[in-house]
Amino acid sequence: MTPFTNRSKPVDRRPMSLMEKIYVPAVVEGLAITFGHIFRRKPTIQFPEKQRVFGTAFRGLHVLNRDEEGRENCTACGLCAVACPAEAITMEAAERQPGEENLYREEKYAARYEINMLRCIFCGLCEEACPKDAIYLTETFTPSDYTRKQFIYTKEDLLIPHPVKEPEAYEKALGNKPKRIKQKDS
Amino acid sequence: MADEIKKDTAAKVKVTIDGITTEVAPGTSIIEAARQIGGAVAPPAMCYYKSLEGSGGRCRTCLVEVTQGSAANPRPIPKLVASCRTSVEEGMVVKNITSERVLDARDGVVEFLLINHPLDCPICDQAGECDLQDLSYSHGNEGTRYKFVRRTFILEDIGPYIKLHMTRCILCYRCIHVADQITEKRIHGVMDRGDRAFISTYISRAIDNDFSGNMIDVCPVGALTDRTFRFKNRVWFTKPVYVHRDCENPKCCGKATAWMRGDEIFRVTTRDNEWGEVQIIDGEPAWICNTCRFEKKQVSDWVIEGPATVRKISVVNVNKYRNTIKPKETLMDVMGGLKPNLLMNIRSVSEVNDPDIKLSELNRPAIARDFDIANDIDNKIPENPGNAEKYNSELLKSSTKEN
Repeated sequence: MTPFTNRSKPVDRRPMSLMEKIYVPAVVEGLAITFGHIFRRKPTIQFPEKQRVFGTAFRGLHVLNRDEEGRENCTACGLCAVACPAEAITMEAAERQPGEENLYREEKYAARYEINMLRCIFCGLCEEACPKDAIYLTETFTPSDYTRKQFIYTKEDLLIPHPVKEPEAYEKALGNKPKRIKQKDS
Repeated sequence: MADEIKKDTAAKVKVTIDGITTEVAPGTSIIEAARQIGGAVAPPAMCYYKSLEGSGGRCRTCLVEVTQGSAANPRPIPKLVASCRTSVEEGMVVKNITSERVLDARDGVVEFLLINHPLDCPICDQAGECDLQDLSYSHGNEGTRYKFVRRTFILEDIGPYIKLHMTRCILCYRCIHVADQITEKRIHGVMDRGDRAFISTYISRAIDNDFSGNMIDVCPVGALTDRTFRFKNRVWFTKPVYVHRDCENPKCCGKATAWMRGDEIFRVTTRDNEWGEVQIIDGEPAWICNTCRFEKKQVSDWVIEGPATVRKISVVNVNKYRNTIKPKETLMDVMGGLKPNLLMNIRSVSEVNDPDIKLSELNRPAIARDFDIANDIDNKIPENPGNAEKYNSELLKSSTKEN
């Protein structure tokens, strides 16, 4: 039979030599390769304890941002929902009333905001569409749960901690991404 | 001018616009002649509204160049003319989009219109069907050169149904014409002059004339918006359908567009034609009364005719498909007749669009307590304003409480 490619090798059917018959040298050769790998740099890391540095374009879980006074940025304009190719985002808007100015930045806000993480493909188009800097894809990337319904993230799940009341949690949730974007812009 | 229409001349006049020659009745304005040709030849208009007498001539968006005044006098008109206020002449040659001067002037006009206009499209209910938004996308700059303080106004509820955002107003006077020509009595108008001009009811009177809701539709920007629809949905998520009902009001044609989502009617407006103006049905502009517009939000109130025609450029077309063929569900065949196992019903988990909470039936904007969001603010909005008198007394009460 003619070979299909020039890379095929005929099987060597010659009788084995003495060295090959006693096997030990071949075993030693194999072990040398195995032990040689011990001293090489490991491609893996000990994940929860150690974490890799993310690339600038990394897109993880979403966060709904607040401004420096802790007011919600989102105005429920619906641009993220209309940009979402997976149709994962839904929302309902409400009007800000007198007295709620410390809660919401503009006269309209998202009373309900949900992202169906089962549908989300983490493309980041919501972030691109947002005119109010309200939604960010952060560097958090390990959501896991036992039931499906836990993956319908509500506004409470998505909203970033209050920057004045809980500054540490806010910084942690914010990650490096918005800072990097700001640096790039300025 | 429109007043100088000679009725006895039945002969049509020839006019060439952007190289396209058409025949129109004498006395037709250039913009109407251009609209008869259609497409991009028609100049955009912010203040001109065909069905409103005396509208036009204010915004200067429809400026065109007349390169030949008429066949008898072929000299060009040196300045650009407002096409809504200039009538055609025999043998007139007009340049609209083929003229560099016109496009340049239009860019300038748009820049002027946007000087005091806030960039709040994300919260504006008009976004998606806003003439100024379309115009600034096609003619505007990305940024602004204006460095001074923009004028701002406090939001005002003019009546139980209409919200006035004076900051967004471009002073096109269309709503004034509506109040004069369609409603019984005009109680709002333009106060002050020049750059201080503003629209008001002077002082805080409620507009509750019947047919006053049509002001919302003629408003080219989001200065006048429907309070019963306010913030409840974005226009591109709702689906416009033509509906009609037998309205008791003899002046109301009862033919409208209902903006639906699911089985809810979120908003009722007049039917628009391809220029964003009210359709002419049976020779009359199809204005609708306030009852039809604001109070009939049940599907059972209306007879649905079918999907509305939407302007091709409109964002309302997004995610709306017609004459689609749904692919056959093959799962049942493959699984030997077994139904697929539904792992999760999103309705049982999601809180958004709760079928028990019908936002469309509220005749005011939704607020926190409608979503059971706990906060300790005593909401001052009266639960059910109903009529303007009651509404105003409620407002008065709340304002005296503050003082």
